Amino acid sequence: MGKLFAAVVTTITLVTAAIFAMRIWWMPPDISVLGVGIDQQLTETLAATGAMFVGTQLLLAAFVWRSSDGNSLRAVKAFPGGPLPIIAAAVLLVGAEVLVLTLVGSKVWASIYMTPPEPGSIQVDVQAEQFAYYFRYPGPDGRFGPVHADKIDEGNANYFGLDPANDTTARDDIVAATLEVPVNKPISLTLHAKDVGHSFYVPDLRLQQDFVPGIVVPLHFTATKTGKYELVCTQLCGLGHYNMRAYIQIVTQEQFDQWLKDNASQ
Amino acid sequence: MKQLASLTLLAIAAAGTTGAVRLAANAPADTISGTVTYTGTLPKMKPIDMAKEPSCAAEHKTPVMTEGAVGGPNSSLEDVVVYISAGDHGGATPKTAVRYDQHGCQYLPHVAVMEVNQELEIYNRDQTSHNIHPLAKVNPEWNKSQPPGAPPLKETFAKAEFIPVKCNIHPWMHGYFAVLNTSHSAVSGEDGSFSLKGVPPGKYTVTAWHERFGTQSQEVTVGAGAAPKVNFVFKATPY
Repeated sequence: MGKLFAAVVTTITLVTAAIFAMRIWWMPPDISVLGVGIDQQLTETLAATGAMFVGTQLLLAAFVWRSSDGNSLRAVKAFPGGPLPIIAAAVLLVGAEVLVLTLVGSKVWASIYMTPPEPGSIQVDVQAEQFAYYFRYPGPDGRFGPVHADKIDEGNANYFGLDPANDTTARDDIVAATLEVPVNKPISLTLHAKDVGHSFYVPDLRLQQDFVPGIVVPLHFTATKTGKYELVCTQLCGLGHYNMRAYIQIVTQEQFDQWLKDNASQ
Repeated sequence: MKQLASLTLLAIAAAGTTGAVRLAANAPADTISGTVTYTGTLPKMKPIDMAKEPSCAAEHKTPVMTEGAVGGPNSSLEDVVVYISAGDHGGATPKTAVRYDQHGCQYLPHVAVMEVNQELEIYNRDQTSHNIHPLAKVNPEWNKSQPPGAPPLKETFAKAEFIPVKCNIHPWMHGYFAVLNTSHSAVSGEDGSFSLKGVPPGKYTVTAWHERFGTQSQEVTVGAGAAPKVNFVFKATPY
């Protein structure tokens, strides 16, 4: 029975490790300039924790195998110095790993979330609400119209609460339900939540950032590949949370310019 | 002296009412008809992007437009509820239900008219869940979820009210329930025309309601000879 258990533990360990090592069920390919750092960090974390996992599990299996003969008289050698060195060794090992991952990881995190967007980035204002995302571009005048929460009127496509009757800068603002951005250009987003907490999660861009009602959260990225990608909400935000998503359409600069022109005329 | 004056006024008022009744006895029921138009500039209706709900987006070859102020040829104004707001003594609540559809992530019709306590049947004909939420102020407010394939929701409203309706899942879905105290009502069509059929002779106040431009009322007499006509002109603003 002990040998069978040891065999099962070994099999589970090796199969699990193989799934990760062979990258079966892996992340979608990274399409962001800053995603490289995230991927590197994830790989390092997985390698370090994976090695520990495989090592401890195989050790466990080996001990079980060895003790499976039921010989209770086999001498159990005490760890030199008693239990204290064991605890010290474990704390040192795990602590060192956590510390290293944190130090390296926070550097990568800060390079994405704590740095300002590149000057000249394309500005897009994002409104998250139950259960959709809307995106606003400043239009030909290059300026966003001010928003007024009391003017929000979804039935008439006024998702941001613009007041075109009184604010001339709001009249040419382009509002869309799909985030259209050019490839290889820095994009600077400002995230607003109309009602409750939401999240901006694009696995392909390696980006995940919460929306917080009342706070304008900045976020920036540069996409490196054209295509249509999914943006989903990962904060449980209510009944329709499962259905809260939008698409990111990454296009060439020419297509983006044309899109702006087409939408400006609406 | 003052009392005498009020008595005289009362007598005149009573005579007026009797006159109307006499009118009713002589003339057949008639149709009040007319058109609703606008002056000025209507706001631009915007295309609705349903990308997040592909099953709905696929239902529409061209994008659905917002319906806050829809104009037609010759400055006609669509989706205006025209109804008798005074003078109608009412009747039995109709037994037939009013049908309201959710299809292609849109409310059909945009404005549903029903009588007080008349049954309303709400259908979900989409492949996605909807959450219908009438933002009632006079009647109790509710919101109910309706998954695809669910049986119709059956509801009634006990008081007259114009109720904005929204879907809690699809923010662009927007419509109105017009709960009225009269069976004589109509919604102006593409050409702005309406007709209130089978109105017995008498004096009435006819009111036109538009979700953006407000209400207007006019006095109309039915049974006085020619078919009663009444036209409404709303002042539109682009924003």
